[in-house]
Amino acid sequence: MGLLLLPILIPFFAAVLALLWRNRRAQWVLALIGAGGLLASAIGILAVVARDGIQVIQVGDWPAPFGISFVADYLSAIMTVLGGIIAVAVVFFSRASVDRRRVRFGYYPLLLILMMGISGSFLTGDIFNLYVWFEVMLMASFVLVALGNERAQLEGAFKYVTINLISSAIFLTAVGLLYSITGTLNMAHLSIQLAEAQQPVLVTVVAIMFLIAFGIKVALFPFFFWLPASYPVAPVAITALFAGLLTKVGVYALIRVFTLLFTQEIDYTHNLLLVLSGLTMLTGVLGAASQNEFRRILSFHIISQIGYMVMGLALFTPLALAGAIFYIIHHIIVKANLFLISGVVHRLQGSYELKYLGGLYRSHFLLAVLFLIPAMSLAGIPPLSGFWAKFVLIRASFEVDQPVIAAVALVVSILTLFSMTKIWAEVFWKNRPETTPDTRLLTPGMWRQLIVPVAALATLTIAIGLLAEPVFDLSSRAASQLLAPEEYVSAVLGSVP
Amino acid sequence: MAVVLAFLIGGLYAGALYMIMRRSIVKMIMGLAMLSYATNLLIFTVGGLTRAAPPLIASGATEPAPPYADPVPQALILTAIVISFGVLAFAVVLIEQTHRSVGTDDSNNLRGTEGDV
Repeated sequence: MGLLLLPILIPFFAAVLALLWRNRRAQWVLALIGAGGLLASAIGILAVVARDGIQVIQVGDWPAPFGISFVADYLSAIMTVLGGIIAVAVVFFSRASVDRRRVRFGYYPLLLILMMGISGSFLTGDIFNLYVWFEVMLMASFVLVALGNERAQLEGAFKYVTINLISSAIFLTAVGLLYSITGTLNMAHLSIQLAEAQQPVLVTVVAIMFLIAFGIKVALFPFFFWLPASYPVAPVAITALFAGLLTKVGVYALIRVFTLLFTQEIDYTHNLLLVLSGLTMLTGVLGAASQNEFRRILSFHIISQIGYMVMGLALFTPLALAGAIFYIIHHIIVKANLFLISGVVHRLQGSYELKYLGGLYRSHFLLAVLFLIPAMSLAGIPPLSGFWAKFVLIRASFEVDQPVIAAVALVVSILTLFSMTKIWAEVFWKNRPETTPDTRLLTPGMWRQLIVPVAALATLTIAIGLLAEPVFDLSSRAASQLLAPEEYVSAVLGSVP
Repeated sequence: MAVVLAFLIGGLYAGALYMIMRRSIVKMIMGLAMLSYATNLLIFTVGGLTRAAPPLIASGATEPAPPYADPVPQALILTAIVISFGVLAFAVVLIEQTHRSVGTDDSNNLRGTEGDV
């Protein structure tokens, strides 16, 4: 099954070609081919997984616990498809929004390498290999944050690099300890070994180290402070990609290790996750309420939304996990889209500060409508995708008798609505203040290049809302697969018990 | 031997965390380097400290003759060293650029991206 490696190989070869072929237009076309190929192969994987069950490939033909396995179950396949969708949208958007200098210094090859790292993280079945893919992804993202050398970018990049290096060191330490307990690195094999491990206390310590390492990467409370300080400094196409995908790679890793590996002390670990998820939601949304800059408001909302996904994982029932996966599907598309819209607004009016913006409802009605769709979806207004995601999660929390977290989720959703209406009123509704710089002129061609990916993602949001039934069906199949790790284990290890 | 290494690793982690919490960004980078050394040594130690033969299989045999050393931790460390070398090289260039544009070595002055609090 070579198909599993295509989402990694296609961006890689596109990146190599783009490094050699320095023409701007050619690089863009190559990036589009790379991202499109990634999306196409990911859809192929999802189709094969839906038809034949979990797919496994042993690299170098070494049998499972010894070689490195690549595994695609429903969750991996869904995440890779989402990665492909966002990659295509962002590459398309970059054409008109990223300046020549950044392109000359290798913007597109880096973007493709980043996508390779993200796909690798989703598809690997080996915990050390996961660390390596994380590093590939982080290295590319470090350079993308700093690319351009503006002062704010350097400051933001410095914080981003430091916190991620610390998180990686904790991750690697935990992998080393895990190896000392079990003597294996293959996740399916680890799942068996940990179930019969002799030192349950040590296992829980390692579980908490993974929680901290991934908690930093997903900006979980209390490790969230770096995110609003570093995401908004990059070019907006990059911020959209990070907002949509990078933190979600962390969420994916959390879901993977806390369903496949660490299910020995659910009372302790998953209750801790539940408390953290509630606090994450609240701090994120309260942080957003106090901000007055478009991208910073959205960045704080990433944090509060992460809380919902982790809440689904923490409740640990089939319905809750399905809700979490539904939430990830909804969130990646909506969040990337909101950042792209902030980029279009910046392009039109030259600022991200709400007080300098205004009047866009009158001058750009289409943009206003396209903002309203993801914004209302984020807040959870029916029938958009966010409503169904929240509905499932809140219902799941009542089913296991956790009304407190349901109340938190509802309050946070109202506060999200507050933030979104704030942006709506300031950017689109009110008249444009006199003191602002001139409106920049966009050629119709550039306007089209900016608005097409935004419109496409908004359409997807509506589609997920209207077709909630099949999407939820897919999420719940992914969830039931996660809750029955035996299927994953036997697919990877074959007949070996 | 393992006890000595355990203290050394603990000391390295403590020193690394202390350095990371310093305000000087140069010292902070040194702390990050120490953190990766501590992690590498930890993996080396948990792999088992034995005076053993390399895990080579003699011709005709199906498994290596005991006692042999576990090669996996060494492979892990080698990978981790390469990665941390690359990342640290980038981090050093980054602080050099930051120093040039901000004109300070004090991380307290890197407040430009915190927004209005």
